[in-house]
Amino acid sequence: MSATLEKPADTAAKRSTASLSHRLAERGIDARLWMLLPALVFIVALFIYPFAYGIGLTVQPLDRTVDAWGGGIFANYVQFFNDPFIFDSIWLTMRLALPAALFNVLVSIPLAFKLRGKFRGKRLMSTLLVLPITLGTVLTAQGLLIFAGRQGWLNRFLLDMNLIDQPLQLVNNYLGVMFSLIISGFPFAFLLVSSYLSGIDPSLEAAAKTLGANWRQRFIRVTLPLLAPGLATTFILTFVLAFSVFPSARLVGDPGGSTRVMALMAYRAFGEQQNYSMASTIAIVMGVVELLVIAIVLLGRSFLYKGSTGGKG
Amino acid sequence: MGITATKFGALELVNVGRSFGGQAALADLSLTIEAGEFIALLGPSGCGKSTALNCLAGLLPLTHGQVLIDGKRVDVLPAEKRDFGMVFQNYALFPHLSVHKNVAFGLQMRGVPRDEVNKRVTEALMLVKLDAHAKKLPGQLSGGQQQRVAIARAIVLEPRLVLMDEPLSNLDAKLRIEMRSEIRRLHQTLGLTTIYVTHDQEEALSLADRLVVLRDGHVQQIGTPQELHDSPANWHVADFMGYRNLLDVAVDVVNDTTATVSGGGMSLVGTRVGSVAPGESARVAIRPHDLIVGTSATGPNAISGTVIASEYQGREFALEVETDHGQRLHVTAETAPAAGSAVTVTVAPERVLVYPESLTGHGAALAPLPVGAGAS
Amino acid sequence: MSESATAARAPGSRKRTDTASRRTDRAPGQRSLAASPGTWLVWAGIAAFFIFLFGILISVFVDSVGKSWFTTWLPLEYTTDWYGESWERFELAHVIGVTLIVSFSVVAISILIGVPASYVLARRDFPFKRVVTALFLLPVLIPPITFGIPLATVMYNFGLGRSLIAVILVNLVPSVPFVIITMTPFIEQINPTIENAARMCGAGMRHVFVRILGPLLVPGILAAAILVLVRTVGMFELTFLVSGPGSDTLVVAIYRAMTSAGGAEPRPLVSSMAVMYTVMMLVILIIALRFVNPTQLVARVRDSDDD
Repeated sequence: MSATLEKPADTAAKRSTASLSHRLAERGIDARLWMLLPALVFIVALFIYPFAYGIGLTVQPLDRTVDAWGGGIFANYVQFFNDPFIFDSIWLTMRLALPAALFNVLVSIPLAFKLRGKFRGKRLMSTLLVLPITLGTVLTAQGLLIFAGRQGWLNRFLLDMNLIDQPLQLVNNYLGVMFSLIISGFPFAFLLVSSYLSGIDPSLEAAAKTLGANWRQRFIRVTLPLLAPGLATTFILTFVLAFSVFPSARLVGDPGGSTRVMALMAYRAFGEQQNYSMASTIAIVMGVVELLVIAIVLLGRSFLYKGSTGGKG
Repeated sequence: MGITATKFGALELVNVGRSFGGQAALADLSLTIEAGEFIALLGPSGCGKSTALNCLAGLLPLTHGQVLIDGKRVDVLPAEKRDFGMVFQNYALFPHLSVHKNVAFGLQMRGVPRDEVNKRVTEALMLVKLDAHAKKLPGQLSGGQQQRVAIARAIVLEPRLVLMDEPLSNLDAKLRIEMRSEIRRLHQTLGLTTIYVTHDQEEALSLADRLVVLRDGHVQQIGTPQELHDSPANWHVADFMGYRNLLDVAVDVVNDTTATVSGGGMSLVGTRVGSVAPGESARVAIRPHDLIVGTSATGPNAISGTVIASEYQGREFALEVETDHGQRLHVTAETAPAAGSAVTVTVAPERVLVYPESLTGHGAALAPLPVGAGAS
Repeated sequence: MSESATAARAPGSRKRTDTASRRTDRAPGQRSLAASPGTWLVWAGIAAFFIFLFGILISVFVDSVGKSWFTTWLPLEYTTDWYGESWERFELAHVIGVTLIVSFSVVAISILIGVPASYVLARRDFPFKRVVTALFLLPVLIPPITFGIPLATVMYNFGLGRSLIAVILVNLVPSVPFVIITMTPFIEQINPTIENAARMCGAGMRHVFVRILGPLLVPGILAAAILVLVRTVGMFELTFLVSGPGSDTLVVAIYRAMTSAGGAEPRPLVSSMAVMYTVMMLVILIIALRFVNPTQLVARVRDSDDD
């Protein structure tokens, strides 16, 4: 019968037979990694490169910008932060996007709770809620102009009911854009919150109930901590949607005044003034501002989540 | 019988090892497997047994050593070229293919003609008694049936080697025993060579011709079920083989084959396994079955104590006895003295195994025992 | 269940009344009465939302088939002429053709590029994986205008401005990451031992992909494809930045009609286009809902953000 150690001389030599490709494979580098290549090439060519190019553009201001604002290659930034017409757009954007995103998320929570579980017509309701996602902002804008305009059904109804004397100004101002943001953003937030909520094991709440927690305690100490990361994500995604609002700000807003959002300013510089470097500057600052908000929310999320695990356990 | 295993002489594992990031998941596994053998790799989870199986299958790359079949290296071949069959713990059936197509898949990959495929699939399904379910999807089958499909899928290829990765761990106790004999039957009737990974020592003992006990990636002992059962190579293997009483003791006297040890108020004469010297600490392993309950405190290895709990286990009782010095012992007895009653337990010196406390220096150095010493 | 249903009723509506809720001697009626304002508020909110939603939809539709609708509840006359007129005036056959070509190209290309990448991300650990993942996440998180303007500038520099290719390329930027984000968790939930099993059966890499993974991925790919389709048809900002006459999609054409210089086009013309757009979207939506559960429509996004 064969003994395994019949080649003792061999074994020392075979200490490490791992080839280079083996060792690379251990680190996750092997043939299948090629499948990542098309996506990487794509993202570099169509995202990284244009982005870098755009950043480069911001320090190549037009002569007229330098003449008017000074600041050498940073003239665009000088103008951005000193020209109230442009600079105020940050505030105007925030004034729309933050309340809209907050409203959408906060209202979604009780609604998602209420609509948890099965009831008749749930599928119909979910389907109807998806509808606005497919409407798109342009169509919503057109509808709002007709429905909520001075001659629209809404004002007409309120006048006929003698609730108001004068038609309400609901479009072509801040309010119009807010309506548009809620109509397109709320269903999105609601569906996300519902899906997060459905991902929480109901037996956890049942367990809390057997331990004597009332609904308030259950909500604050069990459900909310588990839901918090999802709420943060929902807020971020709705905020992204609301932050880049552009067509509705132009169509149902007051594009010269109260809804002069950053996206609109960037587009004006790009399409109307052909000032590509200024357009890029506004666009990049817009991205930075948005990422800042996201970063703050993410920080808050990790804080909230950590802070709550104690109560959960 | 249409399905028979492809023959080969011997499969050799030479110093097979896999380390990752400086951590050895498996080290220096050397083993020669004869065609037709049933080998079980046994150990607690994380001991490297699944790593060993996956390395053998080619699903994980080896970092050390070679795998040879009749002197030809197979560890350089990709998994799909090795002609091994594998049965996975979670069955890993293709959920979108019917039972028939699942079993046929491997044959189609080998370009076997359609008629031949159908013939062999039907045959394989009859072997596992699933011919009535050929058209069903895996999701429509019970766990035991799914596992049988997985086995049929592996054996229909007439593989040189069948690898089984804890195939019964997802089944309930009754089904597990049923499938165990089914696997043994298929192994014998088809003349398969099987490597079987499990953490269940009972399963390994009942199925395998030889067992390989692993711990932290290192081989502890290789041997037949009897050898492992009766004379574990170290206390870890003993622990795994059902020696539930592990006592830390000090060595008093060492003779040729015996040693006298004391600890916990007891003095025991036992059989020495491995090198122990007087004054050193050692570990004693005793199986609950070897402790005999009596009333008279005579003889060399008599321990007096009190019964503190008893548990009925079908034909016998599992007792927990506390010695006068507070040491708890697991004892198996035919009758159950009432809790609180004083008893004396005795044990034969040859059934008291005295091991050195450290595990290093053992296991890897042990040469495998000759093949074919016994089939269970 | 009724207990938790009560709990679900608008938090905040019952303030401190519940601190002693372990006392079970409270009359059940009191409980539901106390909760009902919250419930009413929720239902009122839903009602208001749907009033706006349907008000918008119906008024656009009525507008598109009406004539002389100024100071009355309903138009004085009805006509379908607006459809024909807008079809002619805005060359809608061409516009819809462009929309479909762009959408389906974007879907096909983003699936082809995105699915293999998500396979690698789902199955492999490799150096800089976190960086790569973050890179794929960025285009979804950054406002389209932010990368759209530099991207459009590059497109014009390359002479691709206002071309169909440019429209397709810019729409790929959010779509490919979107496919990756949706598909990665989908692939993760397919047990990798199934692939190992196929390999042990003798299947090479190609066969594993074609015979085993492919069929298993179909539902996920279908869902991702529909979502990308909906997003691309509705994508305004990016398309608008690079498209021009001849390469406008339907949304952009509507926007241009609403804002065209020298006063907008007659409102019913725009409305009729909007109705056509809605019908097109509804058709896609109806098809989509056969394959995708509405809650899933957005649910998969979460996994991307949490990893």
